[in-house]
Amino acid sequence: MMPAQRLARPSTFRTLPAFLMMAIVMPLLAGCGYNTIPTAEENAKAAWSEVLNQYQRRADLIPNLVETVKGYASHEKDTLDAVVEARAKATQITVTPDTLKDPEALKKFQDAQAGLTSALSRLIAVSEAYPDLKANQNFLALQAQLEGTENRIAVARRDYIQAVRDYNLTLRTFPSVLWATLWFRGNQPFANFTVDEDKMQPPKVDFGTKQGG
Amino acid sequence: MTAGVDVLTLRTDEGRDVVRLVAVALVILLLPFAAFAADLPALTGRVVDNAGIIDAGTKAALARKLADFETKGSDQIVVATIPSLDGEEIEPYANRLFRFWKLGQAKENNGVLLLVAPNDRKMRIEVGYGLEGTLTDLHTKLIIENDMVPAFRAGDFSGGISKAVDDMIMVLQGNPEELEARGKRNQQAPFNADNLFFAIFIGIWLIIVFGSVAASVLPPIFGQKLGPGRYRWLGMTFEPGRRSSSGGGWSSGSSGGGWSSGGGGGGFSGGGGSSGGGGSSGSW
Repeated sequence: MMPAQRLARPSTFRTLPAFLMMAIVMPLLAGCGYNTIPTAEENAKAAWSEVLNQYQRRADLIPNLVETVKGYASHEKDTLDAVVEARAKATQITVTPDTLKDPEALKKFQDAQAGLTSALSRLIAVSEAYPDLKANQNFLALQAQLEGTENRIAVARRDYIQAVRDYNLTLRTFPSVLWATLWFRGNQPFANFTVDEDKMQPPKVDFGTKQGG
Repeated sequence: MTAGVDVLTLRTDEGRDVVRLVAVALVILLLPFAAFAADLPALTGRVVDNAGIIDAGTKAALARKLADFETKGSDQIVVATIPSLDGEEIEPYANRLFRFWKLGQAKENNGVLLLVAPNDRKMRIEVGYGLEGTLTDLHTKLIIENDMVPAFRAGDFSGGISKAVDDMIMVLQGNPEELEARGKRNQQAPFNADNLFFAIFIGIWLIIVFGSVAASVLPPIFGQKLGPGRYRWLGMTFEPGRRSSSGGGWSSGSSGGGWSSGGGGGGFSGGGGSSGGGGSSGSW
């Protein structure tokens, strides 16, 4: 009992100034931009979650789409198989917010998704040749959803690019770079999408006036 | 910016190449900014007809209809026409415009933007996050294909747009309970300014009423007695017993007409909503 008290008293005296210091300094830290880096980091992670979310949404649409197309265009087996395969590959590769620092992981993810994008656009292009399929309500609905999802992916990617740019800037620019070197040594810049190449191009009718995209 | 440089290149004959080089460099440098700052039209009302394809009667009717609809469920539908997209795809442009105008209430994100670019022969219905479940991509696609495309092909922009708006409202009304709940949740949003005014008004009243009560009650308790009915508290001398003649100087008459909640409805602005690219596009 007694030794415990004797021990406790100096420790409270020692922590009191520290506590007061914290009470005074911590609001100042917030005012000085201590929060900038974590805020930007969380924003970038949230933007990434939205990207994943939209890619997942696209992957979820595909089984239904494949089934519908199969009913009308069963001899487009190669195209259908390519979509299924690309989907399987794309859903295997996940990039968690923790691995966003790794450009390789992001590159792999992007490549897999780009593969799915091109397989899908081939499927949509092929389906143009089947009037019955095109008139199918279910197919129309799926196509509208797929288009919408592709656009949402584009928006989510744009938001992610912006969020990562903001976050990476806080790690490299004054004054937040001070905090980065003092406090957030573990924080690495996030990898970003390189080019916007895997945006799905809707099949275009080419009359020979324009070459390529 | 670039126009200014162009003028410069026209005026100076000597060193023309240098100026042109600078101009090109400037254009390249400013391109990324231009992409974002490419003057988005101002939100002048619920129908922003910058392309001038909607006739006046339809425009007024649409604006009224959309305003009525917003009071019901707080959903903000805005019709915009722009002459040209300047080479941009309509999807990113619509998303940018939507976010610039902040359509829909902040917490609901229940805005809808119907955008038509007649020179590009493209249209898009951009749906805010909060309405994606109600006004689905398929709905917007069908509205575009069935209402707008045939009418636009016939040159009837006003008819196509008002039909599309009617159908969008119909879809959004399809779930009346939810619409009403949304409206209730956001009922106060349009009267924000008045609410603030009211709060200040009440606040001043409270200070005056309770201030005088406090001035008569608190000094005897906490203060230092100076004499009969005189107390010193917080460095001031209080005489709660004595009535000052200025007490009657307050008239409440002016308060009745002091604030109007009408607001005129002229200043329409977005509620702070955002969109994640929902909806669909079409062309004719």
